[in-house]
Amino acid sequence: MNKGFGEMKYILATDVGSTTTKARFFGNRNGEWRFLVAGEAPTTVEAPYEDVTLGVRNAVREVEELTGHRILSEDASHIVVPCDGEAGVDLYCTTSSAGGGLQMMVAGFMKAMSAESANRAALGAGAVVMDLIARDDGRREFEKIKRIRNLRPDMILLAGGTDGGASVNVIELAELIKAAEPKPRLGADYKLPLVYAGNKDVRDKINKLMKDDFALTIVDNIRPVLEVENSTPARTAIHELFMAHVMSHAPGYTKLMKWTDVPIMPTPSGEGAAMRLIADKYKMNVLGVGLGGATTNVYSIVGGRFVRSVSANLGMSYSVTNVIRETGIENILRWIPFKLNEEEVVCRLMNKMIRPTTVPQTLDELIVEHSVAREALRLGLNHHKRIATRLKGVQLQRTVSDVFDQELAETYVNMKDIDVICGTGGLLSHAPRRAQTMQILNDAFQPEGITRLFQDSVFMMPHLGVLSTVYPEAAWSIFDKDCLVRLGTVIAPIGKGNVGEPVMKVEVKMPDNKEIDEELNCGEVRCVKLTAMQEAEVTITPHNEFDMGKGPGHPVQSTVMGGEVGILLDARGRPIDLPADQSNRNELLLNWFQALGMYDADGLKELR
Amino acid sequence: MSKEAYAYTPGLKVKRATAVAKLRRLPIPGEVLIKVGDEVKHNQVIARAEMKGDPEILKVAQLLGVEPEQLGIHMTKKAGEKVTKNEVVAAYRAMFGMINKIVNSPIDGTVESISETTGQVIIRKAPVQVEVDAYIPGKVTQVIPREGGVIETNAAFVQGIFGLGGERHGKIRIAVSSPREELTADHIFTEHKGTVLVGGSLVSFETLRKAAEAGVSCIVAGGIRPPDLKAFMREEIGVAITGQEDVELTLIITEGFGSMTMSEQTFNLLKDFENHMASINGATQIRAGVLRPEIIIPHEEPLEQKQNELSAGIVPGTAVRIIRQPYFGAIGKVVALPVELQRVKSESYVRVLQVNLGEGRVVTVPRANVEIIEG
Repeated sequence: MNKGFGEMKYILATDVGSTTTKARFFGNRNGEWRFLVAGEAPTTVEAPYEDVTLGVRNAVREVEELTGHRILSEDASHIVVPCDGEAGVDLYCTTSSAGGGLQMMVAGFMKAMSAESANRAALGAGAVVMDLIARDDGRREFEKIKRIRNLRPDMILLAGGTDGGASVNVIELAELIKAAEPKPRLGADYKLPLVYAGNKDVRDKINKLMKDDFALTIVDNIRPVLEVENSTPARTAIHELFMAHVMSHAPGYTKLMKWTDVPIMPTPSGEGAAMRLIADKYKMNVLGVGLGGATTNVYSIVGGRFVRSVSANLGMSYSVTNVIRETGIENILRWIPFKLNEEEVVCRLMNKMIRPTTVPQTLDELIVEHSVAREALRLGLNHHKRIATRLKGVQLQRTVSDVFDQELAETYVNMKDIDVICGTGGLLSHAPRRAQTMQILNDAFQPEGITRLFQDSVFMMPHLGVLSTVYPEAAWSIFDKDCLVRLGTVIAPIGKGNVGEPVMKVEVKMPDNKEIDEELNCGEVRCVKLTAMQEAEVTITPHNEFDMGKGPGHPVQSTVMGGEVGILLDARGRPIDLPADQSNRNELLLNWFQALGMYDADGLKELR
Repeated sequence: MSKEAYAYTPGLKVKRATAVAKLRRLPIPGEVLIKVGDEVKHNQVIARAEMKGDPEILKVAQLLGVEPEQLGIHMTKKAGEKVTKNEVVAAYRAMFGMINKIVNSPIDGTVESISETTGQVIIRKAPVQVEVDAYIPGKVTQVIPREGGVIETNAAFVQGIFGLGGERHGKIRIAVSSPREELTADHIFTEHKGTVLVGGSLVSFETLRKAAEAGVSCIVAGGIRPPDLKAFMREEIGVAITGQEDVELTLIITEGFGSMTMSEQTFNLLKDFENHMASINGATQIRAGVLRPEIIIPHEEPLEQKQNELSAGIVPGTAVRIIRQPYFGAIGKVVALPVELQRVKSESYVRVLQVNLGEGRVVTVPRANVEIIEG
């Protein structure tokens, strides 16, 4: 980077995804950083290419074509940095999840304590956790050994024991791992990195036991005392080892690393950084999701605590058939309001799995994908809630007895406490109408009370996340003005009722003082138009057992923000019940689609 | 108008005469049995290694009721010694015989380690022989010390889109008269034992079962229905990472799921090489190192003129197959590549191209929904 920040004109950021390489081009317009254009191309990690820089070049060429500005050198061997006025950019940075990203095995002494903390550390570092081995995971020694031998992780994280606490147990686990001789994914001669983040009193013993067979790194204890979870040292080590060992083996990465000025970040780390930007800026509890081709990443920042989960088996292309397997085809079909043969739907999705870079061209194809998205998101959130739990093993002052409560496994991620939901990923960002993204998130996550919804406009959150590590001001400028689409606000009371029964009255005082009164019955969804720059005062009076957060029947007043969709009044109750009868269900779905203008009305008519 | 597009989906390979090189490696370092220049047969072992047997962990100190630090004095076997199943490995006798505890080995093996930190003893089973064969007949062009080597041959090379099962071999036999015809159980005969049997548009579970009973090595077909796939696999597929299944024959699907007419190019190529020996592999992996199932048919024909595939791109005149609804399977030639994003029926704005499907029919499809037909 040769220029001062104020002199910079162009920034290029890419994300080398598992399916697609996405280039985002940003420019300095009169002192304000803005998004200019996007380019995409299939990721070229596979044979015969086996060089990710080819896909990067292809994506950049699209940007060049759309802007007329040359970015690549004459021989296309690299990206020109800095911009000389005619060609090039002033900064190039990238994220990546190609090659499957970072795949880790995690081992901890107690499943609910050190192993779980280690799991969160690995996930927070952007990894996919292939398995979690613990002394009390229910498997016998030989089963654990067989599992370790079959796994081919890129890295292992081992934790266990508080500092000064019991030491034998974590060494037992280390001996088991050593005896199992896990083989790395990346070839016979590659020494498997192992990060030890347990009881510091046994570091010497661990070092002696493991150093010959593993590339060992020792960091501070993840649980130095039971009440504290200190995952930063482990996360940092994982990321550094990922760059040094894993990335450098992936085809073309050594070349790509030379192209970029900033260390390559795993895509989920970039996404997570962007989600944290929102929480920091708005000072609110945020639930974010990256719905990708292979994985669904869910992020929560609640009470300042950041947790990330990866559902490595739930995605919109590579793992779309796994979504069918986990949720069942009936749960996907229930969101489709026209007759489609079940096998036909399964065939289409399986063909998408084996040809993951294709896109829906027709309306029915789009609706099928949106139905799958709802289920992938729903399952991803359920998975996240199992990870985002209170620290276990911690003495609870509030209970009557002083017994360690290890049974508490409830999540602290409650939808009524979530203030903001943000979605990113190809399907959510590229949905043709904003109302589609808003309602997919609303149906899947079922926010409660008053919740703002955002989406990533053209999928650039990972890009801005990595950019925020070097130029946070530029990243926020683009994020605020071009990336973060304000979809609107969902108002949804908790409770259940029969279709047609009254649910709530909503009085909206618009910015021009006009008053809009809406009375909604169970099963209804309505939209009040309010733009992203506008606020409105609302008074919500729920009926009877319906609750807006202050108790059943208690009114709530608030100022709500608008968005490209507006204020979405959702009287379907929580949780949402879809009728079992297909004809009734289709009618409801079509009413909702129509109320929100989700799809082309004529197109829907043709499909019915 | 754009003259070239680089954002395309690489197509499956269907080549009549090309150089095929296969890297054959052991999973762990071992002994390589070949040298550069050797001519090898497909079933010739080219490298072998000994893999350590499974370890058995015994919590001996716990079983004896002694402290881990005292384990050494109670062991009756030392590290490195062989043991047989039920042989005593440790004993604790005290109080004039009133305490008499022993620990027996649960397996035949060797005592690998005795830990006075944890009190655990690890006994390792006998090593397992691991071998890798050449897979294709050909010449050794490279040796990778301690791992294996590269075998090269000239061959016809056909990729499928999805497969199940691993490496097998057999002579190509065409069981149907056209790529549109379904391969049914009536097409399977005992003489098909050991063959790579080529069908047309569809194969069912019933047909696969009959083929397995007849000892067919591999079935190649255009498509398969999801319920038949599930029945054949005995489970539902999750992600497309295959090759290790316990199936009686290898299955290679060339077009996709559902009834799919096999590509004429693929069918005709396989027909031309009927009765030739083929090396096949159903292993599929869609991401993180993409693998597609393959059929390799070595022969003596001269090689095709090599095209610089990596820089070809899509240009007007490029032959493409459409790989998604509403024109799934249609083949045509690109006539135009508009630069601007265009609105399709789903209301998405995407980069498109125009394809002439013949008989005056020109359709517009997203660029992402075509694959180049590589000739």
